[in-house]
Amino acid sequence: MNGRAKVAILGSGNIGTDLLKKTARSSKLECTLFVGRNPESPGMKVAREMGIQVSDKQIDAIVDNAHLYDIVFDATSAYAHAQHAGIFKNLGKFVIDMTPSKIGEMCVPAVNLNECLTLDNVNMVTCGGQASVPIAYAIGQTHRHVDYIEVVSSIASRSAGPATRSNLDEYIETTEEAIVKFSRCRRAKAILNLNPAEPCIDMQTTVYAKVSDPDPDALSKYLEDLIRKMQSYVPGYRLLLPPTLEDGKIVVMIKVQGLGDYLPKYAGNLDIINCAAVAIAEEYAFKIGNARKGA
Amino acid sequence: MSAVLISDPTLRDGSHAVRHQLTEEQMRGYMLIADAAGIPIVEVGHGNGLGASSLQLGESLVSDPDMIRLAAATLRRAKIGIHVIPGVATLHDLKSALDLGVHVVRVASHCTEADITKKHIEYVRSMGREAYGVLMMSHMAPVEALVQEAAKMQSYGAQGVILMDSAGVYLPRDVTERVRALAAALEIPVGFHAHNNLGHAVANSVAAVDAGASILDGTIRGFGAGAGNAQLEVLVAVLDKLGYATHIDVEKLLDGANLAEQTIIAKVPTINSTSVVSGLAGVFSGFAQPVERLSRKYNVSPHRVFLELGRRKIVAGQEDIIIEVVHEIAASTAH
Repeated sequence: MNGRAKVAILGSGNIGTDLLKKTARSSKLECTLFVGRNPESPGMKVAREMGIQVSDKQIDAIVDNAHLYDIVFDATSAYAHAQHAGIFKNLGKFVIDMTPSKIGEMCVPAVNLNECLTLDNVNMVTCGGQASVPIAYAIGQTHRHVDYIEVVSSIASRSAGPATRSNLDEYIETTEEAIVKFSRCRRAKAILNLNPAEPCIDMQTTVYAKVSDPDPDALSKYLEDLIRKMQSYVPGYRLLLPPTLEDGKIVVMIKVQGLGDYLPKYAGNLDIINCAAVAIAEEYAFKIGNARKGA
Repeated sequence: MSAVLISDPTLRDGSHAVRHQLTEEQMRGYMLIADAAGIPIVEVGHGNGLGASSLQLGESLVSDPDMIRLAAATLRRAKIGIHVIPGVATLHDLKSALDLGVHVVRVASHCTEADITKKHIEYVRSMGREAYGVLMMSHMAPVEALVQEAAKMQSYGAQGVILMDSAGVYLPRDVTERVRALAAALEIPVGFHAHNNLGHAVANSVAAVDAGASILDGTIRGFGAGAGNAQLEVLVAVLDKLGYATHIDVEKLLDGANLAEQTIIAKVPTINSTSVVSGLAGVFSGFAQPVERLSRKYNVSPHRVFLELGRRKIVAGQEDIIIEVVHEIAASTAH
């Protein structure tokens, strides 16, 4: 027993493999099962080289080896997660859903981590959501009437794989839903731009807000703590343009650089959602560790 | 006599020039002019297309559904066209537009990102409407890449691919090379959409048809983003002179252009010095208004802003970066 919580990763694509690297570095997590569908995929090779138990039996491997783990990351697809969710529930595992399925409660650790620890399935929203929700939440906390929030993210073309490209609508709709939920604004809009420039651009997100009585100073003050909190699990998260008034609207800009684990540093969009998932997994590990000590 | 299909984005591209503030009355007036002259396709919408009314891209005075309803009620002969960029507009937005009577949908992406247009093109075709692919900012990719991306759009079901010179950077030989390569590789028609930053919009459009294009965009008096587009009435007269058939009544169009100038065009586009810098820097023409406004506000040179945006290879839709760049230049000059 090393005291680390055991995790399974379902999905051996970019997200799953980067999660594997991050859990390997964690003092609170240990990946005990890495599951894909193609034994020869790059992710499976990485896992084997790291000495991790792998399987290409997809969800069956998760069911058959339920004794191996307490936490499962689902890094497949929204469609697949809809089928997996019931199975995970029967297994009684804590599920961190990386897909935009919107089945579990939306989780942005800097904002609602404690609330999420009491649930059995949490959803990591979208990359743009992880970057912009903290800002939207802060706008909601510092302004009485938030009419409208708009979030525009630009990401490097190379960081947008086939799944992202065929799911732009899901990205937009899920991000908008998260913005409304966390800021309590009346309307939200999300826009995603792909930029093919080489060298690749870092992920950048701009948040605009229409509020009555805009108070950029109060917002700036509120953001100080929140951004520190974000940086505790996404070190490359930084404020590019502090709250500023343009034409009576609030504008805030964020830049996100990745850790460069499995994915390159410019893929801050993929890194931020994985960092957020690891943050909630580590807190959950801490919680069950305490429960075991208590018992 | 070979035929050229004219698509008229005066109300959409021109919307950039007036910060998306065209009134319903102005739009109706222009639709009547275009319809009477026999323009085959009249595009309506925000400058950046469906769903683009936003703080990032400018808010429209008239909503998308209202504009489309107006077009459906006003146009007798012309088809209603819209411009749609995935990442901005969803299939949900698209469905509403088709329900209101849009005939022609141009699904656009940055010139290297054609795969994001797949779902939208397939959806339009599945609904029995016309779908074209649009490669925006086409100067930012090499010819072979443009051919590959256009072929993807063709495979999704696009009935034509339009190359946009969104920054107005091309000279005729650039257009000839690209259009010729596309026309040779594709089974579907090729189109061209010009901007006039370097004074070649009409000449480039002629180069396009001479190289095998059969769809051209033009706007009345060139009314469009930045230095404007190919001037429609000039373009149609020139095509006529060259023996290309457009089936547009040149006389009516010329009279209509005089009327349009008085009613919808706040300022006939000119190539000012900033447009030349913008064109040379290869920056999206739709940036002209926000760059001018923010440069004035923060007292920085718009030329420097355009050069920096060009250096960073900013694409259409990234208007927020203008704010960042202006702040950066203002801060660097303050010290």
